Amino acid sequence: MAIARFLIRRVLTGIVVLWLVATAAFFLFFARPVNTVAHQLAGRAATPQVIATVIRNLGLNQPILVQYWHFLDNLLHFNLGYSYYTQQSVNTMLKQDLPPTASVVVGGVILWLIAGLAVGIISATRARSLFDRFSAVAVLIGISLPTFVIGELLLLIVFVPLNQHGFHWIQDQYAGPSTGIGNWIGHLILPWITLAAVQAAIYTRLTRGQLLDVLGEDYMRMARAKGLSERRVIFRHGVRAALTPVVSQLGVDVGQLLGGVIVVESVFGLNGLGQVSVQAIDTDNLPVIIGFVVLAAAFVVVANIIVDLTYALLDPRVRIA
Amino acid sequence: MSITELEFEAASAESAPEQAIEGRSQWQLTWRRLSHDKVAVISLIIIVIMIALAIAAPAFAALTGHPPNSAYPNTGENAAGLPVSPGTNGFWLGTDGTGRDLLVRILYGARISLFVGVLTTVIATVAGVTIGMVAGYFGGVVDTVLSRFVDAVLAFPYVVLALALAVVLGPSLPVIIGVISFFSWAGISRIVRGQTLSIKEKEYIEAARSLGAGPFRIMFVHILPNLLAPVLVLATLYIPQAIIFEATLSYLGLGIQQPTASWGNILGDAQNFYQQAWWYVVFPAAALLITTLAFNLLGDGIRDAMDPRTERIFAASRARKLARARRRSRRRGQGDLPTASAPGEA
Repeated sequence: MAIARFLIRRVLTGIVVLWLVATAAFFLFFARPVNTVAHQLAGRAATPQVIATVIRNLGLNQPILVQYWHFLDNLLHFNLGYSYYTQQSVNTMLKQDLPPTASVVVGGVILWLIAGLAVGIISATRARSLFDRFSAVAVLIGISLPTFVIGELLLLIVFVPLNQHGFHWIQDQYAGPSTGIGNWIGHLILPWITLAAVQAAIYTRLTRGQLLDVLGEDYMRMARAKGLSERRVIFRHGVRAALTPVVSQLGVDVGQLLGGVIVVESVFGLNGLGQVSVQAIDTDNLPVIIGFVVLAAAFVVVANIIVDLTYALLDPRVRIA
Repeated sequence: MSITELEFEAASAESAPEQAIEGRSQWQLTWRRLSHDKVAVISLIIIVIMIALAIAAPAFAALTGHPPNSAYPNTGENAAGLPVSPGTNGFWLGTDGTGRDLLVRILYGARISLFVGVLTTVIATVAGVTIGMVAGYFGGVVDTVLSRFVDAVLAFPYVVLALALAVVLGPSLPVIIGVISFFSWAGISRIVRGQTLSIKEKEYIEAARSLGAGPFRIMFVHILPNLLAPVLVLATLYIPQAIIFEATLSYLGLGIQQPTASWGNILGDAQNFYQQAWWYVVFPAAALLITTLAFNLLGDGIRDAMDPRTERIFAASRARKLARARRRSRRRGQGDLPTASAPGEA
């Protein structure tokens, strides 16, 4: 019951957030002159009449509030409009380009959580060991490099030598799972590592710090004193308590993830949502840009609801309310 | 380590009351600890060298005879029109995709990166401290509104919005600085708010208020000085983030535009040549990594120096060495403990 009420409330606030984001994006982009699009569409030697026709056909001559009303009306019907250039539905375009992006996001998040948590836990339980010091250096390098540099370096030191020596499993570009799971992983392994690297470094640091704090707590000694195995002490009592701040950090990072995805897609030439939106930005294709922004915001809202639910499951002190 | 140092100093001060007791401020103590931190000192030296190299970029251009934006299609590109490797035809680090001197361009890129990194950090810090302090001090509705705004900025996919802003406003240096600053103040603001919340309950704030000090006097005269330490650490750690942010924007083609060199746009171009010209990727990446790493290590060093309680992984080997030395000296029967004789261990 409490969960149902929580979900309803969060979904409602989520819709408000989406509306705000969509409105902000709409006015931000429509604030600029639309002539560039019309000029591009009408060709180089266009007369003013032709440009006026193009503008009228795109509906850009209407008052901005009327356009906004159309936009909202369409949005309510889950219609994000049509591309200025190809007249393709933005929904279809986004749907077409979702698979590479979704693959990168899901794999990257899984890898980053596994790597970040595992290294963090080992570092904390063996504080000051050789492993701990190596991971500290790796973490420092991880947070000091931009995502795209990690990607380029991976291409340079992994992709190029392997392919020169006739080992073609690891590839750039994108291939769907329908071409074989192995092939799919081969195409995505470098993007996953790239996307995960920086975040894993931050999560390693966070997990290690949190777990070290928790390990010093009285209830840990209590757990050991009542004869629990070390593994049980660490995982049932230590990690579980240490994870709550990590999970709440995840809620914040989901938003940043999308920025990382754009970069990763650009490095590895994956034709996903990020690439499409960067192209759309280059060509002033407003419906596509706004569509991407709305989709990104929806993703952030949904991910945050999931994170908050997980939070409540992990920490019995947190009540869903 | 530093606790022992403090105790040691306190003890020596007590044992010699006739000597004039020299007061040491928090900053002097911090500086002393920092100057004994090898990693931090090396990082600081690297940063100074980087700044010097950036300033001396025109000198390198004159020395090599290659201005940053001049292309050398004859000497700077091989027969296939590809970049030449380091050391060829007087190009120390090779050339880039259009036959320009890579070294000179990296040095000119350092100017942009350091400038953007430092300036955006200053703007973000001033904004973040002011907003965080106002939110923490006034509380209530002001706090709620500002905090929700901070949450929104922190949670929003900033690369997406930064791209959009860069396009709407047109990519230029001021726009980039504005965009990066806008997405950097929120984290600082959140931490400053928390600190302000605890500081404003202290007795000396109450004392100031009872003397009739207004809220802004209390904030800027009584609270701000106590915030400087954490803010300095945060600011040092934000510089590398800002450098990375600028590089990412420029890499995506929405930051510094060609022909002006920036590490981001050099690396963006390099991506078309990584199969043929490793140096084109490796050298700018190394310049970037060395700079951001130095700032990160310096920031960590300052934090450790300001708060001796923070635990340091790399101090472990020294602690072990110290324990070994202590055991050895005890075996020899000398009472002099190295802890007391080496106040610089912190």
